[in-house]
Amino acid sequence: MSVASTRHGGSRSLDRLLPFVLLPVALVALGPVTRLLLEGVGFGDGFTTTHLSTVLSRPSTGTALKHSLVTAGGGTLLSILIGGAFAFLVALTNIRGKAALVFCLMIPMMIPPQITALAWMQMAGPSSTLLKILGLAPPLGSPQPLHSAGGIILLLGIQHASLVFLTLRAGLRMIPADLVEAARMSGAGSLRVWAQIVLPLSMPSLIAGGAMAFVTALGNFGIPAMLGIPAQYDTLPTLIYQRLVGMGPSVLPEVAVLALLIGVVAIIGVLFGRYVLARRGFGLAGLSAQPLSLLLGKARLPVEIALWVFIFVILALPLTALLATSLLPAYGVALTLESATFEAWREVLLHQPVTRRAYGNSLFLALSAAAILLVISLPLAWLMERRGSWASRALDALIDLPYALPGVVLSIACILTFLNLPFTDLTLYGTIWIILMAYLARFFVVMLRPIQASIAQLDPAMEEAAASVGAGLGRRLRDIVLPLAAPSAAAGAILVFLTAVNELTVSALLWSSGTETLGVVIYNLEDSGETVMASALAMSIVLLIVLLMGLVQAGAKQFPKGVIPWQS
Amino acid sequence: MAELGFSNVSKQFDGAPALQGIDATIRSGEFVALLGPSGCGKTTLLRLTAGFDQPTAGEIRLDDQVVAGHGRFVAPEAREIGIVFQSYALWPHKSVFANVAYPLEVRGVPRAARRARVAEALALTGLTAYGDRMPAQLSGGQRQRVALARCLVFEPRAVLLDEPLANLDLALRASMQEVFSMFHRRTGATMVYVTHDQGEALALADRVAVMESGKIRQFAAPEVLYREPADCFVAGFVGDGAVVSARLTGKTRGECMVLDVLGQEVRARSRTATPTHVSIRPEAITLSDSAMLRARVTNCTYLGGRFRLSLDAAGETLVAFSSCRAAIGEGVGMSIDDVWAFHDPDHEVRVTGMPSYA
Ligand SMILES: Nc1ncnc2c1ncn2[C@@H]1O[C@H](COP(=O)(O)OP(=O)(O)O)[C@@H](O)[C@H]1O
Ligand SMILES: [Mg+2]
Repeated sequence: MSVASTRHGGSRSLDRLLPFVLLPVALVALGPVTRLLLEGVGFGDGFTTTHLSTVLSRPSTGTALKHSLVTAGGGTLLSILIGGAFAFLVALTNIRGKAALVFCLMIPMMIPPQITALAWMQMAGPSSTLLKILGLAPPLGSPQPLHSAGGIILLLGIQHASLVFLTLRAGLRMIPADLVEAARMSGAGSLRVWAQIVLPLSMPSLIAGGAMAFVTALGNFGIPAMLGIPAQYDTLPTLIYQRLVGMGPSVLPEVAVLALLIGVVAIIGVLFGRYVLARRGFGLAGLSAQPLSLLLGKARLPVEIALWVFIFVILALPLTALLATSLLPAYGVALTLESATFEAWREVLLHQPVTRRAYGNSLFLALSAAAILLVISLPLAWLMERRGSWASRALDALIDLPYALPGVVLSIACILTFLNLPFTDLTLYGTIWIILMAYLARFFVVMLRPIQASIAQLDPAMEEAAASVGAGLGRRLRDIVLPLAAPSAAAGAILVFLTAVNELTVSALLWSSGTETLGVVIYNLEDSGETVMASALAMSIVLLIVLLMGLVQAGAKQFPKGVIPWQS
Repeated sequence: MAELGFSNVSKQFDGAPALQGIDATIRSGEFVALLGPSGCGKTTLLRLTAGFDQPTAGEIRLDDQVVAGHGRFVAPEAREIGIVFQSYALWPHKSVFANVAYPLEVRGVPRAARRARVAEALALTGLTAYGDRMPAQLSGGQRQRVALARCLVFEPRAVLLDEPLANLDLALRASMQEVFSMFHRRTGATMVYVTHDQGEALALADRVAVMESGKIRQFAAPEVLYREPADCFVAGFVGDGAVVSARLTGKTRGECMVLDVLGQEVRARSRTATPTHVSIRPEAITLSDSAMLRARVTNCTYLGGRFRLSLDAAGETLVAFSSCRAAIGEGVGMSIDDVWAFHDPDHEVRVTGMPSYA
C-alpha cells in the first residue's frame, strides 16, 4: 500500500498539472489573432481609428476587395459545379471505380496552389511545351490567357472543388434510402427523384460546401500571386504581400487593417456555412441503412468516360505539361526525345544551394510542426474529451480559427506578435522560428481533430480498467490511450506534414534570406524567369505528396471514420 | 482481502439522486451481491467503490482507511480494487498474456515472477492455451475469463464485478457462475457482484443487498431475504409468491402472532408488533378441497416435478405448488399457514374490527 500511495500521489499531481497545457496552446494558437485584432484599434500608440479610415478609404483597397470577391465568388460557383456533379454521381449512382475517382479529385486540393498555377501555365500560352509539341502554341508575344481574372477563377474552382464534394457527399449520406424508394414507388424516374427529392434535401450541404470553398478561395495566395500579379490584378492577399515585401515592417499597421478586412469577410463566410449546416438536418435522422443507388443504365459508360476525361484534363494534362517543361534544357526550347534532359532536376535537387536549403527548411518545419503538435495534441485531446471544462471547451471552439482564417491574416498576426517578443528585446521576425510558430497555430486542428475522434470512440472502461489495476494517469496515457489513438495520430501527423511541407501563403510573408521554404522558392524561381527549374522542383514535390497520400490511403482501414479528409 | 464500509453515502448526477444514504459493511472475504432493477444505482455504487466517481456525501472505507469522504479521495489506481467490467474492457492492442501481465508490469514485478504469476492466473481461469491470442480472437466467455484473470493476478483487496454475465448466453452463464464461485473459494477475496438477476444473486452470494431507487432496501443472506423480506419491494422482487395486506387481530398462537389475511386467521412470524403486509410463499399454501378459503385457478404451468398454480382469492393473486395439474377456472380450497409479516414503511397499520390508526 505504501508503494501504491506514492504512485497515487504522482498521478494526482499529473491530473492537476495537465490542464496547464491549455495555456501555452491557447497562447500560441490564439495569441497572434488576438494581437491582430488589437492592432486594428491602434494598440500600442493609443486607441485610434485613423489607420482604419485611411486604409479603408484608399481606392486600391476597394479594388482589391472587389477582385477578391469576384475571383473567390466565381471560383466558388465553379467548385460547386464540379464538386456537386462528382458528389451526386459518386454518392448516388452505380458508376464504377469510385475510390480511384475520389482519390484523383482530391489530389488538386493537396497540391500547393502555386504548383497548380505553374502547371496550368505550362499547358496554355505561347511558351507551352505541350502546345509546341502539338504545334498548337499561339505566336510568341501573345498574352498568357491564364493571367487574368478568368484564369484565377478557373484554377480556384478546380482547386477547391473537393471541399464542396466532401461536404455534399457527407450530406447525401444522411438522406434515408426509403425517401427515395417511396418516390420511386410513386412512379418517379431517376432524374425526377434527383431533381425533386435529393436536390432539395441536399441543398444546405451544397451551400455550406460552397461557403467553405469561398473562404478558402478568398485566402488563396498562390494562384492570384502567380496569375494575377503579372497582370496587375491584385486581390487582398496579393496586395498585402506586395505592400509588405515592398516597404517592410513599417507598413504593418496598414496591412493589419487589410488583414482584418479579409478576416472579417472570411469569418462571415465561415459562420454562414456553419449556420446552414446546423439547419441541415430537417428530420434526416442518422445514416440510412443502405446507401442510395440510382441505376444509370445505358448512360453509365458515357458518364464514367466523361468523369475520367475531366480528371485527365484537370490533373494529368497540367502535370504532364509541368513534367515536360521540367525536362527542357532551357525555357522556350522545343521538347524532343533528344533535347529532353534531367539537368534541371539535378540542378534543383543537388546543386542549387537555395533549393536544397528550401528542401531542408520545409522538411524541418513540417517535421517539427508534426512532431510538436503530436506530442501536445494527445494530452490535449484527452483533456478535452475526458475532463471537459469551460476553458477546454472554449479552446475547442476557437482553435479552428487560425486554420479557417486566410493564411495572410495569420502571417500578419504572427509578425505583429513576434516582431518584438513581449518583455524582451528579442525578435523572431526573420528567423525560421516565426514560421514554425505560425505553422503550430495554423495546423493545430489538423492534428487535434483526428486524435479527438479516436479518443471519443475509446470506451472509457479501457482506461478505468487500467486505473483499477494500479496504472497512474501518465502510464494510462502511455500504455492505453497512446497505442489505441496511434493510427489516427499518425494520420494527423502525416496530414500536418503534407500541408506544411508545401505551404506558401504563411511562409511567403514570413521568410527571409536563409529561411526560404519550398513554396517560396518555387514562386521566386518562376518570378525570376527560371521556369524550368521551378517546374522540376514543383514536380518533385508533387511526387512526394502523391507518395504520402498513398501511404495514408494504404493505412486507411486503421483509422476511425473521418480521419482521412478525402475519405470522410 | 479487506472490509468495505459505506456510511451515509449519497451520489447525485446534476442534482438527480442516484444513491441515497447507503449504509453497509461488507466483511473481509465475503461474497456480496448487489441486486436490483435496472437504474437503481448498482453501477454507481460500484464506481464509487472503485474510485471512478466521488460521492456527493458520506464516507467510503477500505479496512480502516477512508478512501472517499471528508475531503479525502484516494485515486482508483491506489485502491488496489480489481474490477471486471460488463464490457470486459480488455485492451485490444495487447495479447491475452499482456492484458493479464499489465497489473504486474505496473507494479514493477520482475519478468520471471511475472511470467509465473500470469501463468498461474491463466491456469486458474482455464486460459492456458490462449495466452498468445488477441482479445478480438476470443469468444465472450473467454473474454470474461481474461478480465477475471487480469483482476485476480495482482491479488486485489476486493473484486468488483458489474453484471459480468449479462452479455453471455444461458449455457455459458451457468459455467461462469461456477468459475466465480471457485474463484472466490480459492482466493477468499472480498467480492461485490452486481446483477439484476435474482437467480444469480441468490445462488452465488453470502449476502445480498437488494436495492431500489438508490437505496438499500434489505441486506441479508439469501435465505433470510426469501423467508423474512423487510418490505413489499423485497418480498415482491426476491423469490416467488404473493404480498398481501394484513390486519392485526391482537391474538397470538405460541411464538407467532395471528393476522387477518384474506378474511382468514393466519399464523405469522414477524419481527414487528405492527405489521402491515404478509409475504405468502408457495410453500405456505396447502391445497385441500375441504379448506374454508376458496380460490379460482387462473394459470397452471409445469415446473418439472410439480405444477405452479396462479390462484385468484378474494381479488389477490397467490402462487401455490401442486402435485397434479389443475384446469384453468377450476375452484380449489386452500389453507395458509406460517407466513412472514412485516411493516412496509409506505403503508399504515390496520386492525380488524377497529378504525385504523396511524
Ligand atoms: N454519469 C452519469 N450521469 C448522469 N446520470 C447518471 C450517470 N450514471 C448513472 N446515472 C443515473 O443514475 C441512476 C443509476 O444508474 P446506474 O447506477 O447505472 O444503475 P444500474 O447500474 O443499477 O442499472 C440512473 O438513473 C442513471 O440514469
Ligand atoms: Mg448498471
